[in-house]
Amino acid sequence: MNAPGAVRPASGATGKSMPLQPGHEAIASKGWLGAHKWLIARRLVQFTVLGLFLAGPWAGIWIVKGNLSSSLTLGVLPLTDPFVLLQSLAARHWPAAAALTGVVIVMLFYALVGGRAYCSWVCPVNVVTDSAAWLRRRLGIKTGKVPSSATRWWLLGGLLLASAATGMTVWEFVNPVSMAHRAIIFGGSAAWLVVIAVFGYDLLVANRGWCGHVCPMGACYATLGRASLLRVSAASRSACNDCMDCFVVCPEPQVIRPALKALNGAGPIIQFPECTNCGRCIDVCSKNVFRYAHRFDQRSA
Amino acid sequence: MSSAPSQPGRRRFLNGAAGAAGGALLLSLGVGFTARQAAALPANALRPPGALAENDFLGACIRCGLCVRDCPYDTLKLADPADQVAAGTPYFEARKVACEMCDNLPCVKACPTGALDHKLTDISKARMGLAVLVDQETCLNFLGLRCDVCYRVCPVIDRAITLQRRHNERSDRHAMLIPTVHSDACTGCGKCEKSCVLEEAAIKVFPIALAKGMLGRHYRKGWEEEEKAGGSLIGDQTQLPARRPEDSPLPRGVLK
Ligand code: SF4
Ligand code: SF4
Ligand code: SF4
Ligand code: SF4
Ligand code: SF4
Repeated sequence: MNAPGAVRPASGATGKSMPLQPGHEAIASKGWLGAHKWLIARRLVQFTVLGLFLAGPWAGIWIVKGNLSSSLTLGVLPLTDPFVLLQSLAARHWPAAAALTGVVIVMLFYALVGGRAYCSWVCPVNVVTDSAAWLRRRLGIKTGKVPSSATRWWLLGGLLLASAATGMTVWEFVNPVSMAHRAIIFGGSAAWLVVIAVFGYDLLVANRGWCGHVCPMGACYATLGRASLLRVSAASRSACNDCMDCFVVCPEPQVIRPALKALNGAGPIIQFPECTNCGRCIDVCSKNVFRYAHRFDQRSA
Repeated sequence: MSSAPSQPGRRRFLNGAAGAAGGALLLSLGVGFTARQAAALPANALRPPGALAENDFLGACIRCGLCVRDCPYDTLKLADPADQVAAGTPYFEARKVACEMCDNLPCVKACPTGALDHKLTDISKARMGLAVLVDQETCLNFLGLRCDVCYRVCPVIDRAITLQRRHNERSDRHAMLIPTVHSDACTGCGKCEKSCVLEEAAIKVFPIALAKGMLGRHYRKGWEEEEKAGGSLIGDQTQLPARRPEDSPLPRGVLK
Protein backbone atom coordinates (compact mmCIF):
# COMPACT_ATOMS: atom_id res chain seq x y z
CA MET A 1 0.00 0.00 0.00
CA ASN A 2 2.70 2.42 0.99
CA ALA A 3 6.24 2.68 -0.13
CA PRO A 4 8.82 1.86 2.54
CA GLY A 5 10.10 4.95 4.24
CA ALA A 6 6.74 6.67 4.45
CA VAL A 7 6.33 8.55 7.71
CA ARG A 8 4.48 6.39 10.20
CA PRO A 9 4.04 7.71 13.69
CA ALA A 10 3.18 4.40 15.30
CA SER A 11 5.85 2.26 13.67
CA GLY A 12 8.57 4.85 14.07
CA ALA A 13 9.95 4.39 10.56
CA THR A 14 13.38 5.84 10.00
CA GLY A 15 13.47 6.16 6.21
CA LYS A 16 16.34 8.26 4.93
CA SER A 17 14.82 8.93 1.49
CA MET A 18 12.28 11.71 0.96
CA PRO A 19 9.30 10.40 2.92
CA LEU A 20 6.12 9.83 0.96
CA GLN A 21 3.51 12.32 2.08
CA PRO A 22 0.23 11.19 3.57
CA GLY A 23 -2.65 11.59 1.17
CA HIS A 24 -0.88 10.50 -1.99
CA GLU A 25 -3.36 7.64 -2.34
CA ALA A 26 -6.26 10.00 -1.86
CA ILE A 27 -4.80 12.35 -4.46
CA ALA A 28 -4.47 9.42 -6.85
CA SER A 29 -8.08 8.37 -6.37
CA LYS A 30 -9.88 11.67 -5.76
CA GLY A 31 -7.61 14.17 -7.46
CA TRP A 32 -5.68 16.94 -5.67
CA LEU A 33 -8.72 19.11 -5.23
CA GLY A 34 -10.80 16.25 -3.86
CA ALA A 35 -8.06 15.38 -1.39
CA HIS A 36 -7.81 18.96 -0.13
CA LYS A 37 -11.44 20.00 -0.18
CA TRP A 38 -11.89 20.72 3.52
CA LEU A 39 -8.42 22.12 3.90
CA ILE A 40 -9.19 24.66 1.19
CA ALA A 41 -12.58 25.41 2.70
CA ARG A 42 -10.94 26.02 6.09
CA ARG A 43 -8.29 28.30 4.70
CA LEU A 44 -10.96 30.22 2.83
CA VAL A 45 -12.96 30.69 6.03
CA GLN A 46 -9.86 31.63 8.04
CA PHE A 47 -8.77 34.21 5.52
CA THR A 48 -12.30 35.53 5.03
CA VAL A 49 -12.58 36.14 8.76
CA LEU A 50 -9.23 37.88 8.67
CA GLY A 51 -10.30 39.83 5.60
CA LEU A 52 -13.46 41.03 7.32
CA PHE A 53 -11.39 42.33 10.22
CA LEU A 54 -8.90 43.95 7.84
CA ALA A 55 -11.44 45.56 5.50
CA GLY A 56 -11.95 48.31 8.07
CA PRO A 57 -8.38 49.43 8.72
CA TRP A 58 -7.20 48.75 5.17
CA ALA A 59 -10.12 49.87 3.01
CA GLY A 60 -12.39 51.75 5.39
CA ILE A 61 -15.13 49.15 5.04
CA TRP A 62 -16.20 48.68 8.64
CA ILE A 63 -18.07 45.39 8.72
CA VAL A 64 -16.25 44.02 11.75
CA LYS A 65 -14.51 46.10 14.39
CA GLY A 66 -12.21 44.95 17.16
CA ASN A 67 -10.34 41.65 17.19
CA LEU A 68 -10.85 38.02 18.15
CA SER A 69 -10.89 38.90 21.84
CA SER A 70 -14.03 40.93 21.28
CA SER A 71 -15.60 42.35 18.17
CA LEU A 72 -18.67 44.13 16.91
CA THR A 73 -20.12 43.15 13.54
CA LEU A 74 -22.25 45.61 11.57
CA GLY A 75 -22.71 47.61 14.73
CA VAL A 76 -25.07 45.03 16.23
CA LEU A 77 -23.47 41.61 16.73
CA PRO A 78 -21.03 41.45 19.66
CA LEU A 79 -18.72 38.43 19.87
CA THR A 80 -16.39 37.78 22.78
CA ASP A 81 -13.79 35.10 23.35
CA PRO A 82 -14.72 32.85 26.28
CA PHE A 83 -11.22 32.27 27.63
CA VAL A 84 -10.30 35.93 27.87
CA LEU A 85 -13.60 36.68 29.57
CA LEU A 86 -13.05 33.79 31.99
CA GLN A 87 -9.72 35.33 32.95
CA SER A 88 -11.46 38.63 33.47
CA LEU A 89 -14.08 36.98 35.68
CA ALA A 90 -11.33 35.21 37.61
CA ALA A 91 -9.75 38.62 38.11
CA ARG A 92 -13.09 39.60 39.69
CA HIS A 93 -14.32 42.00 37.05
CA TRP A 94 -17.96 41.61 36.10
CA PRO A 95 -18.07 42.57 32.40
CA ALA A 96 -20.60 44.95 30.89
CA ALA A 97 -23.58 43.69 28.88
CA ALA A 98 -21.97 43.74 25.42
CA ALA A 99 -19.16 41.38 26.40
CA LEU A 100 -21.56 39.05 28.19
CA THR A 101 -23.94 38.91 25.23
CA GLY A 102 -20.98 38.32 22.97
CA VAL A 103 -19.66 35.44 24.97
CA VAL A 104 -23.07 33.74 25.18
CA ILE A 105 -23.44 33.89 21.39
CA VAL A 106 -19.95 32.47 20.88
CA MET A 107 -20.50 29.70 23.42
CA LEU A 108 -23.81 28.64 21.88
CA PHE A 109 -22.30 28.61 18.41
CA TYR A 110 -19.32 26.47 19.32
CA ALA A 111 -21.37 24.22 21.57
CA LEU A 112 -23.18 23.35 18.35
CA VAL A 113 -20.40 23.10 15.75
CA GLY A 114 -17.64 21.75 18.01
CA GLY A 115 -15.57 23.99 20.24
CA ARG A 116 -12.36 23.40 18.45
CA ALA A 117 -13.91 24.29 15.14
CA TYR A 118 -12.65 27.67 16.32
CA CYS A 119 -9.13 26.23 16.17
CA SER A 120 -9.31 24.80 12.68
CA TRP A 121 -11.66 27.27 11.03
CA VAL A 122 -10.90 30.63 12.65
CA CYS A 123 -7.72 30.81 14.73
CA PRO A 124 -4.85 32.45 12.81
CA VAL A 125 -2.25 30.46 14.73
CA ASN A 126 -3.67 27.25 13.27
CA VAL A 127 -2.23 28.24 9.89
CA VAL A 128 1.16 28.62 11.57
CA THR A 129 1.08 25.33 13.46
CA ASP A 130 -0.35 23.41 10.48
CA SER A 131 2.54 24.74 8.39
CA ALA A 132 5.04 23.77 11.05
CA ALA A 133 3.60 20.24 11.20
CA TRP A 134 3.66 19.98 7.43
CA LEU A 135 7.27 21.13 7.24
CA ARG A 136 8.29 18.84 10.07
CA ARG A 137 6.80 15.92 8.14
CA ARG A 138 8.37 17.09 4.90
CA LEU A 139 11.83 17.39 6.40
CA GLY A 140 11.45 14.22 8.44
CA ILE A 141 12.36 16.08 11.64
CA LYS A 142 12.11 13.84 14.68
CA THR A 143 13.86 15.93 17.33
CA GLY A 144 12.44 17.19 20.58
CA LYS A 145 10.10 16.05 23.27
CA VAL A 146 6.34 16.33 23.30
CA PRO A 147 4.75 17.48 26.55
CA SER A 148 1.74 15.59 27.86
CA SER A 149 -1.41 16.62 26.09
CA ALA A 150 -2.94 17.13 29.52
CA THR A 151 -0.69 20.17 29.93
CA ARG A 152 -3.29 22.43 28.34
CA TRP A 153 -5.95 21.48 30.88
CA TRP A 154 -3.69 22.21 33.79
CA LEU A 155 -2.60 25.40 32.14
CA LEU A 156 -6.22 26.41 31.69
CA GLY A 157 -6.81 25.97 35.40
CA GLY A 158 -3.46 27.38 36.48
CA LEU A 159 -3.92 30.55 34.45
CA LEU A 160 -7.35 31.17 35.92
CA LEU A 161 -5.80 30.81 39.37
CA ALA A 162 -3.02 33.20 38.38
CA SER A 163 -5.62 35.66 37.08
CA ALA A 164 -7.45 35.44 40.39
CA ALA A 165 -4.22 35.91 42.34
CA THR A 166 -3.01 38.94 40.35
CA GLY A 167 -6.36 40.47 39.43
CA MET A 168 -5.18 40.64 35.82
CA THR A 169 -5.97 38.73 32.64
CA VAL A 170 -2.52 37.13 32.80
CA TRP A 171 -2.55 34.95 29.69
CA GLU A 172 -3.18 38.02 27.56
CA PHE A 173 0.33 39.22 28.30
CA VAL A 174 1.72 36.30 26.28
CA ASN A 175 -1.18 34.67 24.39
CA PRO A 176 0.13 34.02 20.85
CA VAL A 177 -3.41 33.87 19.43
CA SER A 178 -4.58 37.30 20.51
CA MET A 179 -1.11 38.76 19.98
CA ALA A 180 -0.92 37.47 16.42
CA HIS A 181 -4.40 38.63 15.59
CA ARG A 182 -3.83 42.03 17.14
CA ALA A 183 -0.58 42.41 15.25
CA ILE A 184 -2.35 41.69 11.96
CA ILE A 185 -5.36 43.93 12.59
CA PHE A 186 -3.85 46.76 14.62
CA GLY A 187 -0.24 46.56 13.50
CA GLY A 188 2.70 45.96 15.76
CA SER A 189 5.94 44.20 15.34
CA ALA A 190 7.15 42.44 18.47
CA ALA A 191 4.08 40.17 18.55
CA TRP A 192 5.52 38.30 15.60
CA LEU A 193 8.33 37.00 17.78
CA VAL A 194 5.75 35.03 19.76
CA VAL A 195 4.32 33.57 16.56
CA ILE A 196 7.78 32.65 15.30
CA ALA A 197 8.47 31.00 18.66
CA VAL A 198 5.33 28.88 18.31
CA PHE A 199 6.33 27.91 14.77
CA GLY A 200 9.84 26.97 15.90
CA TYR A 201 8.48 25.03 18.86
CA ASP A 202 6.18 22.95 16.66
CA LEU A 203 8.82 22.47 13.99
CA LEU A 204 11.80 21.54 16.12
CA VAL A 205 10.67 20.67 19.63
CA ALA A 206 7.28 19.03 19.63
CA ASN A 207 5.16 17.62 16.84
CA ARG A 208 1.80 19.43 17.07
CA GLY A 209 3.19 20.76 20.33
CA TRP A 210 1.39 24.06 20.70
CA CYS A 211 -2.19 23.41 19.60
CA GLY A 212 -2.22 19.75 20.55
CA HIS A 213 -0.67 20.00 23.98
CA VAL A 214 -0.16 23.48 25.35
CA CYS A 215 -2.65 26.11 24.18
CA PRO A 216 -5.16 26.71 27.01
CA MET A 217 -7.44 28.61 24.66
CA GLY A 218 -7.85 25.49 22.51
CA ALA A 219 -8.54 23.55 25.72
CA CYS A 220 -11.19 26.06 26.68
CA TYR A 221 -12.89 25.72 23.31
CA ALA A 222 -12.65 21.94 23.56
CA THR A 223 -14.54 22.10 26.85
CA LEU A 224 -17.23 24.21 25.19
CA GLY A 225 -17.72 21.66 22.44
CA ARG A 226 -17.81 18.64 24.71
CA ALA A 227 -21.33 17.75 23.55
CA SER A 228 -21.34 19.42 20.16
CA LEU A 229 -23.79 18.37 17.53
CA LEU A 230 -21.41 18.47 14.57
CA ARG A 231 -18.87 15.63 14.70
CA VAL A 232 -16.77 13.62 12.29
CA SER A 233 -17.83 10.03 11.78
CA ALA A 234 -15.74 7.08 10.61
CA ALA A 235 -18.94 6.00 8.91
CA SER A 236 -17.37 3.62 6.38
CA ARG A 237 -14.81 2.25 8.80
CA SER A 238 -14.94 -1.27 7.38
CA ALA A 239 -13.33 0.11 4.22
CA CYS A 240 -10.23 1.28 6.14
CA ASN A 241 -7.08 -0.24 4.64
CA ASP A 242 -4.80 0.81 7.52
CA CYS A 243 -2.78 3.24 5.44
CA MET A 244 -2.52 5.40 8.59
CA ASP A 245 -2.73 8.60 6.58
CA CYS A 246 -5.48 10.02 8.82
CA PHE A 247 -3.30 9.50 11.91
CA VAL A 248 -0.44 11.35 10.27
CA VAL A 249 -2.39 14.43 9.23
CA CYS A 250 -4.69 14.63 12.25
CA PRO A 251 -3.64 17.34 14.72
CA GLU A 252 -5.05 15.18 17.54
CA PRO A 253 -4.34 11.64 16.30
CA GLN A 254 -5.35 9.98 19.57
CA VAL A 255 -9.01 10.81 18.92
CA ILE A 256 -9.40 8.64 15.83
CA ARG A 257 -8.69 5.09 16.91
CA PRO A 258 -11.72 4.26 19.10
CA ALA A 259 -14.18 5.30 16.41
CA LEU A 260 -12.21 3.90 13.50
CA LYS A 261 -11.40 0.55 15.09
CA ALA A 262 -14.65 0.20 17.04
CA LEU A 263 -12.62 -0.16 20.26
CA ASN A 264 -14.78 -1.49 23.12
CA GLY A 265 -17.75 -1.39 20.81
CA ALA A 266 -17.36 2.34 20.17
CA GLY A 267 -19.64 3.87 17.57
CA PRO A 268 -18.24 5.54 14.47
CA ILE A 269 -18.58 9.09 15.83
CA ILE A 270 -15.34 10.70 16.96
CA GLN A 271 -16.49 11.79 20.38
CA PHE A 272 -13.36 13.44 21.77
CA PRO A 273 -13.75 17.16 22.33
CA GLU A 274 -10.11 17.57 21.22
CA CYS A 275 -11.08 16.75 17.63
CA THR A 276 -10.99 20.09 15.82
CA ASN A 277 -13.58 19.18 13.18
CA CYS A 278 -10.98 20.15 10.63
CA GLY A 279 -11.94 17.44 8.17
CA ARG A 280 -8.36 16.61 7.18
CA CYS A 281 -9.07 12.93 7.85
CA ILE A 282 -11.98 13.14 5.41
CA ASP A 283 -9.74 14.71 2.78
CA VAL A 284 -6.81 12.41 3.16
CA CYS A 285 -8.62 9.05 3.20
CA SER A 286 -8.61 7.33 -0.19
CA LYS A 287 -11.35 4.95 0.99
CA ASN A 288 -13.74 7.75 2.01
CA VAL A 289 -14.06 6.34 5.51
CA PHE A 290 -14.82 9.67 7.19
CA ARG A 291 -17.54 12.27 6.78
CA TYR A 292 -19.16 15.05 8.79
CA ALA A 293 -22.15 13.84 10.76
CA HIS A 294 -24.13 14.73 13.87
CA ARG A 295 -23.26 13.15 17.18
CA PHE A 296 -26.29 10.84 17.28
CA ASP A 297 -25.66 9.42 13.82
CA GLN A 298 -24.47 5.91 14.66
CA ARG A 299 -24.78 4.49 11.17
CA SER A 300 -21.63 2.77 10.02
CA ALA A 301 -20.57 0.37 7.36
CA MET B 1 2.30 11.09 20.44
CA SER B 2 4.43 10.04 23.35
CA SER B 3 1.81 7.64 24.61
CA ALA B 4 0.30 4.68 22.79
CA PRO B 5 -2.99 5.70 21.27
CA SER B 6 -4.54 2.37 22.32
CA GLN B 7 -4.31 3.17 26.02
CA PRO B 8 -7.67 4.15 27.47
CA GLY B 9 -8.02 7.89 27.76
CA ARG B 10 -8.38 8.08 31.51
CA ARG B 11 -5.25 6.13 32.34
CA ARG B 12 -3.22 8.05 29.85
CA PHE B 13 -4.53 11.20 31.43
CA LEU B 14 -3.50 10.10 34.92
CA ASN B 15 -0.08 8.94 33.76
CA GLY B 16 0.73 12.23 32.15
CA ALA B 17 -1.01 14.20 34.85
CA ALA B 18 1.80 14.67 37.35
CA GLY B 19 4.29 15.98 34.82
CA ALA B 20 1.71 17.99 32.97
CA ALA B 21 0.34 19.48 36.17
CA GLY B 22 3.78 20.45 37.41
CA GLY B 23 4.83 21.97 34.10
CA ALA B 24 1.58 23.81 33.57
CA LEU B 25 1.37 25.23 37.08
CA LEU B 26 4.98 26.35 36.87
CA LEU B 27 4.22 28.02 33.56
CA SER B 28 1.14 29.69 35.07
CA LEU B 29 3.28 31.00 37.89
CA GLY B 30 5.81 32.32 35.40
CA VAL B 31 3.12 33.98 33.33
CA GLY B 32 1.64 35.50 36.47
CA PHE B 33 4.96 37.03 37.44
CA THR B 34 5.64 38.18 33.88
CA ALA B 35 2.28 39.89 33.91
CA ARG B 36 3.03 41.67 37.17
CA GLN B 37 6.36 42.85 35.80
CA ALA B 38 4.83 44.00 32.55
CA ALA B 39 1.94 45.76 34.23
CA ALA B 40 3.80 48.92 35.27
CA LEU B 41 2.49 51.97 33.46
CA PRO B 42 5.13 54.48 32.32
CA ALA B 43 4.65 58.12 33.29
CA ASN B 44 3.80 59.31 29.80
CA ALA B 45 1.13 56.69 29.08
CA LEU B 46 -2.45 57.77 29.75
CA ARG B 47 -5.53 55.55 29.76
CA PRO B 48 -8.71 56.51 27.85
CA PRO B 49 -11.48 58.43 29.63
CA GLY B 50 -13.36 56.40 32.22
CA ALA B 51 -10.63 53.79 32.59
CA LEU B 52 -10.85 51.97 35.92
CA ALA B 53 -7.96 52.31 38.34
CA GLU B 54 -4.92 50.71 36.71
CA ASN B 55 -5.05 47.39 38.59
CA ASP B 56 -8.75 46.89 37.96
CA PHE B 57 -8.29 48.01 34.39
CA LEU B 58 -5.81 45.20 33.74
CA GLY B 59 -8.38 42.70 34.99
CA ALA B 60 -11.23 44.21 33.02
CA CYS B 61 -9.79 45.24 29.65
CA ILE B 62 -9.72 42.36 27.17
CA ARG B 63 -7.60 44.31 24.71
CA CYS B 64 -10.11 44.28 21.88
CA GLY B 65 -9.35 47.76 20.58
CA LEU B 66 -12.98 48.74 20.10
CA CYS B 67 -12.29 51.98 21.98
CA VAL B 68 -9.38 52.64 19.63
CA ARG B 69 -11.59 52.12 16.59
CA ASP B 70 -14.28 54.51 17.73
CA CYS B 71 -11.95 57.34 18.68
CA PRO B 72 -12.49 59.86 15.88
CA TYR B 73 -9.14 61.56 16.44
CA ASP B 74 -6.91 58.46 16.46
CA THR B 75 -5.81 59.45 19.91
CA LEU B 76 -5.84 55.93 21.29
CA LYS B 77 -3.66 53.03 20.26
CA LEU B 78 -3.13 49.47 21.44
CA ALA B 79 0.25 48.82 23.01
CA ASP B 80 2.68 46.73 21.02
CA PRO B 81 4.58 44.14 23.07
CA ALA B 82 7.67 46.26 22.43
CA ASP B 83 6.05 49.26 24.16
CA GLN B 84 6.39 49.83 27.88
CA VAL B 85 2.65 49.48 28.36
CA ALA B 86 0.90 46.11 28.98
CA ALA B 87 0.68 44.54 25.52
CA GLY B 88 -2.57 45.15 23.71
CA THR B 89 -4.06 47.64 26.16
CA PRO B 90 -5.25 51.06 24.91
CA TYR B 91 -3.37 54.22 25.84
CA PHE B 92 -2.25 57.56 24.49
CA GLU B 93 0.74 59.81 24.86
CA ALA B 94 -0.29 63.42 25.37
CA ARG B 95 2.75 64.89 23.65
CA LYS B 96 1.92 62.90 20.49
CA VAL B 97 -1.89 63.12 20.28
CA ALA B 98 -4.08 64.52 22.99
CA CYS B 99 -7.66 63.54 23.74
CA GLU B 100 -10.18 65.94 22.21
CA MET B 101 -12.69 65.35 24.99
CA CYS B 102 -15.59 64.28 22.78
CA ASP B 103 -18.93 65.24 24.31
CA ASN B 104 -20.52 61.91 23.38
CA LEU B 105 -17.65 59.74 24.69
CA PRO B 106 -17.44 57.29 21.77
CA CYS B 107 -14.53 55.38 23.30
CA VAL B 108 -16.38 54.68 26.53
CA LYS B 109 -19.55 53.65 24.72
CA ALA B 110 -17.58 51.24 22.50
CA CYS B 111 -16.01 49.37 25.41
CA PRO B 112 -17.77 46.01 25.73
CA THR B 113 -16.40 45.14 29.15
CA GLY B 114 -16.78 48.29 31.18
CA ALA B 115 -13.01 48.62 31.54
CA LEU B 116 -13.93 52.14 30.48
CA ASP B 117 -16.63 52.78 33.03
CA HIS B 118 -20.00 53.40 31.40
CA LYS B 119 -21.00 55.44 34.43
CA LEU B 120 -18.87 58.23 32.98
CA THR B 121 -21.28 60.25 30.85
CA ASP B 122 -19.80 63.72 31.22
CA ILE B 123 -16.34 64.09 29.71
CA SER B 124 -15.47 66.93 32.06
CA LYS B 125 -15.60 64.35 34.87
CA ALA B 126 -12.95 62.20 33.17
CA ARG B 127 -9.64 61.90 35.01
CA MET B 128 -7.23 60.42 32.46
CA GLY B 129 -4.34 62.01 34.29
CA LEU B 130 -3.35 65.29 35.83
CA ALA B 131 -1.31 68.09 34.30
CA VAL B 132 1.73 69.20 36.29
CA LEU B 133 3.97 72.11 35.49
CA VAL B 134 7.09 70.08 35.99
CA ASP B 135 9.78 72.48 34.89
CA GLN B 136 9.76 75.95 36.40
CA GLU B 137 13.18 76.66 34.93
CA THR B 138 12.13 76.50 31.29
CA CYS B 139 8.41 77.39 31.28
CA LEU B 140 8.35 80.72 29.48
CA ASN B 141 5.80 82.19 31.85
CA PHE B 142 8.09 81.32 34.73
CA LEU B 143 10.83 83.22 32.92
CA GLY B 144 8.58 86.25 33.05
CA LEU B 145 7.54 86.09 29.38
CA ARG B 146 3.97 85.78 28.14
CA CYS B 147 3.48 82.40 26.44
CA ASP B 148 0.21 81.21 28.01
CA VAL B 149 -0.24 78.54 25.33
CA CYS B 150 -1.05 75.73 27.77
CA TYR B 151 -3.59 77.95 29.42
CA ARG B 152 -5.23 79.03 26.20
CA VAL B 153 -5.60 75.57 24.68
CA CYS B 154 -7.15 74.04 27.77
CA PRO B 155 -10.72 72.89 27.05
CA VAL B 156 -11.50 73.57 30.69
CA ILE B 157 -9.78 76.97 30.68
CA ASP B 158 -9.96 79.04 33.87
CA ARG B 159 -11.06 76.06 35.90
CA ALA B 160 -8.51 73.31 35.15
CA ILE B 161 -5.74 75.80 34.57
CA THR B 162 -5.47 79.44 35.66
CA LEU B 163 -2.79 82.09 35.48
CA GLN B 164 -1.70 83.21 38.95
CA ARG B 165 -0.02 86.57 39.22
CA ARG B 166 3.32 86.67 41.03
CA HIS B 167 5.95 89.35 41.44
CA ASN B 168 8.92 89.01 39.10
CA GLU B 169 11.92 89.15 41.44
CA ARG B 170 14.39 89.32 38.56
CA SER B 171 13.13 92.51 36.91
CA ASP B 172 11.52 93.62 40.18
CA ARG B 173 9.01 95.55 38.09
CA HIS B 174 6.96 93.06 36.20
CA ALA B 175 4.48 90.36 37.00
CA MET B 176 4.79 86.69 36.16
CA LEU B 177 1.64 84.81 35.24
CA ILE B 178 2.10 81.30 36.51
CA PRO B 179 0.11 78.49 34.84
CA THR B 180 -1.52 76.65 37.72
CA VAL B 181 -3.41 73.38 37.37
CA HIS B 182 -6.39 72.48 39.57
CA SER B 183 -7.04 68.81 40.08
CA ASP B 184 -10.73 69.27 40.73
CA ALA B 185 -11.25 70.28 37.09
CA CYS B 186 -8.30 68.96 35.02
CA THR B 187 -9.40 65.95 32.94
CA GLY B 188 -5.87 64.99 31.93
CA CYS B 189 -6.73 65.41 28.26
CA GLY B 190 -3.14 66.31 27.46
CA LYS B 191 -3.83 69.36 25.31
CA CYS B 192 -1.53 71.55 27.39
CA GLU B 193 1.41 69.14 27.17
CA LYS B 194 0.79 68.61 23.47
CA SER B 195 0.82 72.36 22.82
CA CYS B 196 3.68 73.48 25.04
CA VAL B 197 6.00 75.39 22.69
CA LEU B 198 9.25 74.18 24.23
CA GLU B 199 11.39 71.44 22.71
CA GLU B 200 10.42 69.34 25.70
CA ALA B 201 7.15 70.27 27.35
CA ALA B 202 7.43 72.05 30.69
CA ILE B 203 3.88 71.02 31.54
CA LYS B 204 3.21 67.30 31.48
CA VAL B 205 0.24 65.10 32.12
CA PHE B 206 0.90 62.14 34.40
CA PRO B 207 -1.31 59.29 35.56
CA ILE B 208 -3.08 60.59 38.67
CA ALA B 209 -1.31 58.17 40.99
CA LEU B 210 2.00 59.74 39.95
CA ALA B 211 0.85 63.34 39.86
CA LYS B 212 -0.97 63.68 43.16
CA GLY B 213 0.40 63.96 46.65
CA MET B 214 -1.72 63.06 49.64
CA LEU B 215 -2.01 64.78 53.00
CA GLY B 216 -1.69 62.71 56.13
CA ARG B 217 -5.14 61.32 56.85
CA HIS B 218 -5.25 63.02 60.24
CA TYR B 219 -4.36 66.39 58.73
CA ARG B 220 -6.87 69.23 59.06
CA LYS B 221 -6.51 72.66 57.55
CA GLY B 222 -7.14 75.15 60.36
CA TRP B 223 -8.67 77.80 58.14
CA GLU B 224 -11.16 75.34 56.65
CA GLU B 225 -12.15 74.02 60.07
CA GLU B 226 -12.54 77.58 61.29
CA GLU B 227 -14.87 78.38 58.42
CA LYS B 228 -16.88 75.21 58.97
CA ALA B 229 -17.22 75.91 62.67
CA GLY B 230 -18.03 79.56 62.02
CA GLY B 231 -15.18 80.68 64.25
CA SER B 232 -11.89 79.65 65.71
CA LEU B 233 -11.96 76.27 67.39
CA ILE B 234 -9.46 77.28 70.04
CA GLY B 235 -10.96 80.58 71.05
CA ASP B 236 -9.49 84.09 70.84
CA GLN B 237 -5.74 84.31 70.77
CA THR B 238 -3.64 86.74 72.66
CA GLN B 239 -2.39 89.29 70.13
CA LEU B 240 1.33 89.87 70.50
CA PRO B 241 3.05 93.02 69.25
CA ALA B 242 4.88 92.44 65.99
CA ARG B 243 8.64 92.81 66.31
CA ARG B 244 10.37 94.20 63.29
CA PRO B 245 13.86 95.41 62.42
CA GLU B 246 14.46 99.10 63.00
CA ASP B 247 14.64 99.93 59.27
CA SER B 248 11.45 98.04 58.28
CA PRO B 249 9.09 100.14 56.15
CA LEU B 250 6.09 98.33 57.63
CA PRO B 251 4.13 99.97 60.41
CA ARG B 252 4.74 98.91 63.97
CA GLY B 253 1.91 97.71 66.09
CA VAL B 254 -0.38 94.76 66.41
CA LEU B 255 -0.52 92.25 63.55
CA LYS B 256 -3.91 91.00 62.43
S1 SF4 C 1 -5.12 25.29 20.00
FE1 SF4 C 1 -4.90 27.48 20.44
S2 SF4 C 1 -3.45 28.25 18.95
FE2 SF4 C 1 -4.11 26.22 18.25
S3 SF4 C 1 -5.75 26.64 16.82
FE3 SF4 C 1 -6.71 26.31 18.84
S4 SF4 C 1 -6.86 28.34 19.82
FE4 SF4 C 1 -5.47 28.50 18.06
S1 SF4 D 1 -10.22 13.44 13.66
FE1 SF4 D 1 -10.32 14.35 11.63
S2 SF4 D 1 -11.55 16.20 11.91
FE2 SF4 D 1 -10.88 15.54 13.94
S3 SF4 D 1 -9.03 16.69 14.28
FE3 SF4 D 1 -8.42 14.71 13.42
S4 SF4 D 1 -8.27 15.10 11.23
FE4 SF4 D 1 -9.40 16.79 12.11
S1 SF4 E 1 -12.90 61.32 24.33
FE1 SF4 E 1 -12.80 61.33 22.09
S2 SF4 E 1 -10.71 61.96 21.57
FE2 SF4 E 1 -10.71 61.39 23.73
S3 SF4 E 1 -10.07 59.24 23.67
FE3 SF4 E 1 -12.30 59.24 23.71
S4 SF4 E 1 -12.91 59.15 21.57
FE4 SF4 E 1 -10.73 59.73 21.61
S1 SF4 F 1 -12.77 48.77 24.37
FE1 SF4 F 1 -12.55 48.35 26.56
S2 SF4 F 1 -11.92 46.19 26.65
FE2 SF4 F 1 -11.58 46.88 24.55
S3 SF4 F 1 -9.46 47.58 24.49
FE3 SF4 F 1 -10.71 49.39 24.95
S4 SF4 F 1 -10.73 49.49 27.18
FE4 SF4 F 1 -10.05 47.44 26.64
S1 SF4 G 1 -4.63 68.24 30.79
FE1 SF4 G 1 -4.05 70.38 30.48
S2 SF4 G 1 -5.37 71.04 28.81
FE2 SF4 G 1 -6.28 69.15 29.61
S3 SF4 G 1 -7.75 69.77 31.17
FE3 SF4 G 1 -5.82 69.46 32.23
S4 SF4 G 1 -4.84 71.46 32.27
FE4 SF4 G 1 -6.43 71.54 30.72
